[in-house]
Amino acid sequence: MDSVIEVRHLTKRYKDVLALDDVTFDIQRDAIYGFLGRNGAGKTTAMSILTAQNLPTSGQVRVFGEDPYENAVVLSRMCFVRESQKYPDDATPRHALASARLFFPRWDQDLADDLVEEFQLPLKRTIKKLSRGQLSAVGVIIGLASRAEITFFDEPYLGLDAVARQTFYDRLLTDYAEHPRTVLLSSHLIDEVANLIERVLVIDGGRIIMDESTEDARAQATNVVGDAATVETALRGREVIHRESLGRVSSVTFLGRLDDAERAAFAAVGLDLAPVSLQQLIVRLTQQRTPGRDTLAPASQEGTLR
Amino acid sequence: MIEEGKPLFVQIAEQVEDSIVDGSLAEEAQAPSTNELAAFHRINPATAAKGVNMLVDKGVLYKRRGIGMFVAAGARDMLLTERRREFALRYVQPLLVEARRIGLGPDDVADLIRAGAEPATP
Repeated sequence: MDSVIEVRHLTKRYKDVLALDDVTFDIQRDAIYGFLGRNGAGKTTAMSILTAQNLPTSGQVRVFGEDPYENAVVLSRMCFVRESQKYPDDATPRHALASARLFFPRWDQDLADDLVEEFQLPLKRTIKKLSRGQLSAVGVIIGLASRAEITFFDEPYLGLDAVARQTFYDRLLTDYAEHPRTVLLSSHLIDEVANLIERVLVIDGGRIIMDESTEDARAQATNVVGDAATVETALRGREVIHRESLGRVSSVTFLGRLDDAERAAFAAVGLDLAPVSLQQLIVRLTQQRTPGRDTLAPASQEGTLR
Repeated sequence: MIEEGKPLFVQIAEQVEDSIVDGSLAEEAQAPSTNELAAFHRINPATAAKGVNMLVDKGVLYKRRGIGMFVAAGARDMLLTERRREFALRYVQPLLVEARRIGLGPDDVADLIRAGAEPATP
């Protein structure tokens, strides 16, 4: 398999918090990934380390086969659109786009101009006076027009209304179709991006808990509704990830695929099966732990922090 | 239009098949490209490509090098045969399950079908 990013045993510790806990994964060339997880799960930390804006506590990162840290060639092939990108006080979108143009070798000015118009971005207003949505548009435009071989979008939609988000998704898809590249899209709006992404990478509490094709992920869980006792009997031996009940009826989400014969057997005893959306599945898988992550005992290695 | 529970690429393939079955996409006509399907359905091009490849493997579409995908001769008949074969499983079985639940027998269902098929009287 052709990987553009290889992460091995990556750990990042901030004081007594383990942001990334021995994480290992690969990112394949020219695929759109959904990089999903709750707030504080470690997504931004991982993307910062991959783009050399932060250093790992331990472990190894390879981008295009090389260490990205202070590696100008590798860095110019990556674009990281941060959720909270900071700009100089007097900078305008025009300045931001002009510096992006200098930095990214594959920059497409026509595309950038087009997007500025579509997002109605005021080019001459200072960035600190932009609305949250306009600020997000600056990042989205840079992310798309840079045509970087690897582009990270870290929650790029904040403040964008539904129409502007759809514009972003549509532009991402059409430009990706013409210029295939690797995209990591971090988002909480899982239902909105579920059809755009080819693979799903889910991080929870600093650990990767899912790394597979979106199609496989979607087929992973099923919901069954029916008489509580019948449901329990039918699900014996299966891994249940969520349970709700209303009187004698229960609704249970479980992992594992069903073949046609098994589906027929469920139907025969009066149980209704329903698919589980990617968003529901990820909510179920990541709600089992409380927000925040494992805290370490008072760290003896505190001195090794960056 | 896109539903959960069935792989996306299968749904894309079925929608192309729908157009062939209803005649809006004629045999030997050019089929929509992977990128057109991806943009139209707002899905990842790899998913659309998987749907198209499934139709190629099935013999519904064929590739003309450098031009694109075309509907194979005989594709419509093939799809009609397949759909008629699946009709009982996909439509009749669920109908009978619900009929049983509400106390209708096969004859009652047949009567309802006949009544439903008659042109509405003004």
